[in-house]
Amino acid sequence: MNLTLKIWRQKSSADKGQMIEYKVSEISEHMSFLEMMDVLNEQLIAEGDEPVAFDHDCREGICGMCSMYINGEAHGPDRGVTTCQLHMRMFKDGDTITIEPFRAKAFPVIKDLVVDRTAFDRIQHAGGYISVNTSGNTQDANAIPIAKEAADEAMDAATCIGCGACVATCKNASAMLFVGAKVSQYALLPQGQVEAADRVMAMVNQMDLEGFGNCTNTGACEIECPKGISLENIARMNREYLKASLKG
Amino acid sequence: MGGLLKSSIARKVAMALSAFFLMFFLLQHFAINLTSIFPNNGATFNELSHFMGTNPLVQYALQPVLIFGVVFHFVMGFILEIKNKNARAVKYAKNNGGANSTWMSRNMIYSGLFILIFIVIHFIDFWFPEINTKFIKGDWTGMHNGELRYFHELQHKFTAAWRVALYCVGFVFLGLHLLHGFNSAFQSVGANNKYTNGLKTFGKIYAIAIPAGFVIIALFHFFNQSH
Repeated sequence: MNLTLKIWRQKSSADKGQMIEYKVSEISEHMSFLEMMDVLNEQLIAEGDEPVAFDHDCREGICGMCSMYINGEAHGPDRGVTTCQLHMRMFKDGDTITIEPFRAKAFPVIKDLVVDRTAFDRIQHAGGYISVNTSGNTQDANAIPIAKEAADEAMDAATCIGCGACVATCKNASAMLFVGAKVSQYALLPQGQVEAADRVMAMVNQMDLEGFGNCTNTGACEIECPKGISLENIARMNREYLKASLKG
Repeated sequence: MGGLLKSSIARKVAMALSAFFLMFFLLQHFAINLTSIFPNNGATFNELSHFMGTNPLVQYALQPVLIFGVVFHFVMGFILEIKNKNARAVKYAKNNGGANSTWMSRNMIYSGLFILIFIVIHFIDFWFPEINTKFIKGDWTGMHNGELRYFHELQHKFTAAWRVALYCVGFVFLGLHLLHGFNSAFQSVGANNKYTNGLKTFGKIYAIAIPAGFVIIALFHFFNQSH
């Protein structure tokens, strides 16, 4: 199929940036969206132009690196997929596709479609871990009984790949689905409960410092999340935060 | 708003708690208004209004809490809206909000703004004259021409078509605001569990039925007086 692409081009973080139109032809419907971008870049290189910079790594929906805002939606119009898993069969011949970087003050553009998502790393550093002190008599994790329901919910929360689609989608550029998932995956398990109060306070504090917006419960993040992280995780984070605040 | 409300989650919870109070207030306001259509020419409505208007607990304890709740909900709503707008400095060239969220949830600030306009008019119509009568003139009798005045005051406000129309539109916006706000408040305080689906249905019923009830009461008085 033949497509018109409107792509955000920005030389560096200091550059103002603008939308530029490109044409690509003979795109197979079986291609992934990133393969289509590869075709465009081959074309640009052959013409002596600068290829479009975009993030990608595993190309199988696990690493959370790809991060495009396609036709007004994070990771494009399909559900439960990252951009690398989005297929060109979701589009029609002759379509115009608008491709932008994830937009948030806390995710500044580095170049073209590449944004700096290290704000997520700093939130993780603030408390998204458990302290495992290897004293020599550390209990085997498999020997600790955990309710099936809690294990399942923790696992569901842990599937968050930290891609940032929740922030990109949210009208307030809020990171609460990401932080909610990270807080939940530990708060649900005995190993994580020891530091639960400190963790939620530290992570929410870091989230606020990074300049993310505030959640207004539109639920857009849950719909656009490639891993289907539920809003229940935000509610759990709110509960954990209230509990920790009341404890002092 | 002080250190207590510095964190994003604390602000969210504060918005939700003020919303709960306002939703409860709305319910009792509706219950009293409903008595104005009872076939006893406003006798029950007059009695209840006189009680609410003169009871010291209502006047000196609940009324200030209500005023604070309304002002807080609006001020905090605007503060959060500005902060949230600032969290995305460069807007998307193309954004398909309808693909993943409801119009109501994305436009709480606009439905809220219209409700604010409505409340200002409502205050000019009812609350300011009431405060003037009681606190400036010092008349706590509730009497006018030998009978309790509340029912006649209510009827008088529902004679002009433009005012009734504005009143109805105000409640349409309140309904839209509640369609998102009711359940959003529960989510904000961390209540998302096996009861959430049932609560969502109840929230929709509340958001439609209560504003619709206010509209029906207004139309009842308008049409009853127009012939």
